[in-house]
Amino acid sequence: MSETKLPLYGDLADPTPKISVRGLDFFYGNHQALYANDLDIAPNRVTAVIGPSGCGKSTHLRVYNRIFELYRDQQAKGEVLLNGESIFAPSVKLLELRRRIGMIFQKPTPFPMSVYENVAYGIRLHYTVAKSELDGRVEEALKGAALWEEVRDLLNRPGTALSGGQQQRLCIARAIAVEPEVLLMDEPTSAIDPIATAKIEELVEGLKGRYTLVIVTHNMQQAARISDFTAFFFKGYIIEFGETKQIFTNPKNKKTEEYITGRFG
Amino acid sequence: MSRFGSYLSEHFETIFRWFTIVCAATVLFIMAAMFIQLAWNARLAIGEFGIGFLWSDVWDPALNKYGAFSSIYGTLVSTLIALFIAVPMSVVIALFLVELAHPTVSKVVGGAIELLAAIPSIIYGMWGLFVFAPFMAEKVQPFLQETLGLEKAPLIGKFFSGAPMGIGMLTTGIILALMVLPFITAVMRDVFAMVPPVVKESAYGMGSTTWEVTHKVTLRYGIQGVIGACFLGLGRALGETMAVTFVIGNAHHISASFFDAGNSIASTLANEFAEASEPIYLHSLIYLGLVLLVMTFLIQFAAQWWVRRLKKGMGAGL
Repeated sequence: MSETKLPLYGDLADPTPKISVRGLDFFYGNHQALYANDLDIAPNRVTAVIGPSGCGKSTHLRVYNRIFELYRDQQAKGEVLLNGESIFAPSVKLLELRRRIGMIFQKPTPFPMSVYENVAYGIRLHYTVAKSELDGRVEEALKGAALWEEVRDLLNRPGTALSGGQQQRLCIARAIAVEPEVLLMDEPTSAIDPIATAKIEELVEGLKGRYTLVIVTHNMQQAARISDFTAFFFKGYIIEFGETKQIFTNPKNKKTEEYITGRFG
Repeated sequence: MSRFGSYLSEHFETIFRWFTIVCAATVLFIMAAMFIQLAWNARLAIGEFGIGFLWSDVWDPALNKYGAFSSIYGTLVSTLIALFIAVPMSVVIALFLVELAHPTVSKVVGGAIELLAAIPSIIYGMWGLFVFAPFMAEKVQPFLQETLGLEKAPLIGKFFSGAPMGIGMLTTGIILALMVLPFITAVMRDVFAMVPPVVKESAYGMGSTTWEVTHKVTLRYGIQGVIGACFLGLGRALGETMAVTFVIGNAHHISASFFDAGNSIASTLANEFAEASEPIYLHSLIYLGLVLLVMTFLIQFAAQWWVRRLKKGMGAGL
């Protein structure tokens, strides 16, 4: 069913993929959700993952940081390489892997602590830093998430007191504070209003210089606006992958065309 | 009948509303009545000893001199020992049941813990006196004193001094801990289970260990429920009578040692009503009951105030 053409990232200085997925199958108990997924994620670019509900977009993403392992009935088979190294290798430290691959969820998930503490949370987990340096890193992360100006005077307020869009940017700040290489975003704007969504899209644009981004989205305009590459998922298969411009203007697969023109999904 | 029926259906809203109001008002009425009755029946003691009753540690039926301090002290100390043991254990057990255990194991162990709550307190009392107290005297207390050397430890040494008799504050505290454990655990388990998976996932996604997720995120997220659970246990431990009466030793004196016999408000009441021949003796016992009632109220108020403050400070979710 799937015929994935792996692109050459010709415009990149280093075309080695940041993440390479080969033959990935995924199971919820006995139910298979992903079939033989092959995908390469270009470094320092935004890769959008699109497809109808229940097609396995989020499931696919949740393999990269092995978050699915929290649930004992979920199982992944196949290979996922980060910088050429298997993320399932025994030598890989899970906590370190999750530092290197950050994740943003559908709903903002500020922790029940102050804005400052939310951002400091991960820094404290992974680094030993003096208070003054911690302050600096928190500020830098909040600036990186385009939130500093709005919260500089609210650092001691609970994270949950911010607006939905601010909370989501707080989560982004929290994620980038631990200096990840990859940011996974699982429908990051589906629970927030259009203006806040625009801010986050703008932010994603700015983040790709420093991080590799993979963004699952329901919103095809969003995928078209912010991504460089797009993968189209359908029923657990990767149907088509290519440069975003090509996928949206000249899809090769009929299913892709039907989906992006809104005939189903 | 039909006329009554139509009257009912016409005025159902009004009748139902009044019915709910009466039910709700009954609670308030009973509380107020209890308070007034206790105060009225303690009037002789209140008149005689006044508020000084609270900090007088004399309890001498021969001289008709009564003070509540040793009972209050015993109540608070045994309860604190109980919570000191039960709260951390409950957190760990609830964590195990929700986050770590296989669902089948979780069900079995969870069920067993709930059964602990079903054991009547008199059974805890008898078991405490005949089985647990001797075990404490022969094994645990010598172990604490000698093997761990706590008797000679600086600062806390005096808590572990004296003859290992088995009965006393520490034994009471441990038995109380067992008794309140299932209640605290059950509430904590629900709290942990109610924290949205996505919040936990995002904490794991930051590269946290299970323990970090639990104490930095899950516990804080459910802080209201967690504190509620602790105060539920506290309330039960404060008023627990039968088991405490069996093992606390029932001595009206205050000793720093946890190995020493003492008494609690509830145990004093359970023990001494039969002996209270003099009116002032009886009134003093009822005064003591009033003190317990007020203590529980104050603690509940403090708990609510604390929860509200924490909620404001952290923006906890549940």
